[in-house]
Amino acid sequence: MELKATFISGRTVDQGCNLENKTSKAYFDAAGYCEMNSADAGKIGVEPGSNVKVATDFGSVVVPLKICEGNPDGLIFIPMGPWANAVVDPNTCGCGMPGFKGIPAVVESSSEDAPTMPQLMARLK
Amino acid sequence: MIIKDVLCPFCGCLCDDLAVEVEDNKVVDVKHACKIGASKIKGHDRIKAPMMRDDKNGEFREVSYDEAINESAKILANSKRPLLYGWASGVCEMMKKGVLLNEEVGGIIDNTASVCHGPSALGVHEKGLPTGTLGQFSNRADVVVFWGCNPVQAHPRHMSRYSVFAKGFFANKGRRSRKVVVFDVRKTDTANLADDYIQVNPGEDYMVLSALRAIVADKADVVPETVGGVPKEKLVEVAEVMKGAKFGIVYFGMGLTQSRGKYKNIDNAVSLITELNAHGKHSIIPMRGHYNVTGFGQVCAWETGFVNAVDMSRGIPYYNPGETCSNDLLMREEIDAAFVIAGDAGAHFPAQSIARMGKVPVIQVDPFHNPTTEMANIVIPTKVSGVELEGTAYRMDAVSLRMRKLVDVDFPSDEEVLDKIIAKVREIKGASS
Repeated sequence: MELKATFISGRTVDQGCNLENKTSKAYFDAAGYCEMNSADAGKIGVEPGSNVKVATDFGSVVVPLKICEGNPDGLIFIPMGPWANAVVDPNTCGCGMPGFKGIPAVVESSSEDAPTMPQLMARLK
Repeated sequence: MIIKDVLCPFCGCLCDDLAVEVEDNKVVDVKHACKIGASKIKGHDRIKAPMMRDDKNGEFREVSYDEAINESAKILANSKRPLLYGWASGVCEMMKKGVLLNEEVGGIIDNTASVCHGPSALGVHEKGLPTGTLGQFSNRADVVVFWGCNPVQAHPRHMSRYSVFAKGFFANKGRRSRKVVVFDVRKTDTANLADDYIQVNPGEDYMVLSALRAIVADKADVVPETVGGVPKEKLVEVAEVMKGAKFGIVYFGMGLTQSRGKYKNIDNAVSLITELNAHGKHSIIPMRGHYNVTGFGQVCAWETGFVNAVDMSRGIPYYNPGETCSNDLLMREEIDAAFVIAGDAGAHFPAQSIARMGKVPVIQVDPFHNPTTEMANIVIPTKVSGVELEGTAYRMDAVSLRMRKLVDVDFPSDEEVLDKIIAKVREIKGASS
């Protein structure tokens, strides 16, 4: 099953604590996950901690799933950072700011491993 | 030794009441800071020496500062369209040198606001900014609105020091003196602490702002039954609360600047505040991220006339966000070299933009290994400003404060590195002219 969702990114305390620690496992744990509510997780049949693949028109990324009941149905969140950047919209609509929020996305269960920060960056060079 | 009244070099709150214990030139304890500030001041593994590599997929080799600086100067001096990006995690003194280097190389200087509150600057160009200081808001505000921002996670002491729990001269009962309303697309930790949470559909903030403006102007009859996912009766209720404020303040974040509408959301929010000022006293302020991102706007404005995205290729400052912002330049593949300092483009630009950076020489000046390092050809480690270096920074409300030095290290400052690069660039350009 796949979930059609709206993607947003944003800051968290743990992502902030590891801003100068981005080669660490702690940074991966802080920024490399996707949050949705438990009803949406149920729709794609994925347990928290298992991996999901998030795909948009601009790219895709595999990250572990977390539950956040504050998210309304169909809203997914990945903290700002390299994992979110894999799926955000680079178009600025002529004002300098890429689209980091409100991007249509499709989420499904994945058996792939989540990439580390260096693996993600290696795709780009 | 305990150093008191230390300023925190993490977020735009620039908390100035920290107590840091230093033993043998090492930070051993940080008191009063939030978890993020304490983590930053205690420090992390850092880059130990300058490094270079020709192939971005190859291994770095350690080099001397002179070699790394000379090579950086050579790349910048010979580049036709260099981008000088970052600047927000440094002190104003280094920013001034950055603007000068950009003049010397005829490049584009842009800061992290480009992917943060850049659209807010555009909104302010359109409508101005009825604003004030955090001190005023803390002492006076009886209605506090957080729109598309989540201080519990991003500015952890904001609510206790300035906006919600702080006891002020007029708001002398702290939290009980204030009505707190949160507009967001999801129920955040900040929303959980509010009196009222208004859930807006993603990308529909502009419509909600317009509906509030109509209601404030006594035109509620033209507002549809639901706007942006919010029932009209709820909008009427909130508009009345805002209108009834003696002193209302709207704090806003990336929920407005990064979602659909971008700078037009800010434009509309400022209009709402301007119109509310017919009924009471109202202000609005962006929740700035890096501790001195506001300082870059100040320095760049007094040096060039513009707050960011300044193109010096014509020999005079030219500013046109959407054309001269980092991501536009990268997506158009205009850049032939990137100089990234005190900001991490690699971690905070869309993948496609970073991939463009993968095709050109990248110079990084930063104390820490981060995603930009992965894309870099030259890496120059420097002091951590506000921990290892003093200097001036501007809080999110543009109040300037002096950052303190807590420990001594052997690394050069950003300013020293920039001075040497500028001197070398002048030497190369002088020789070729």
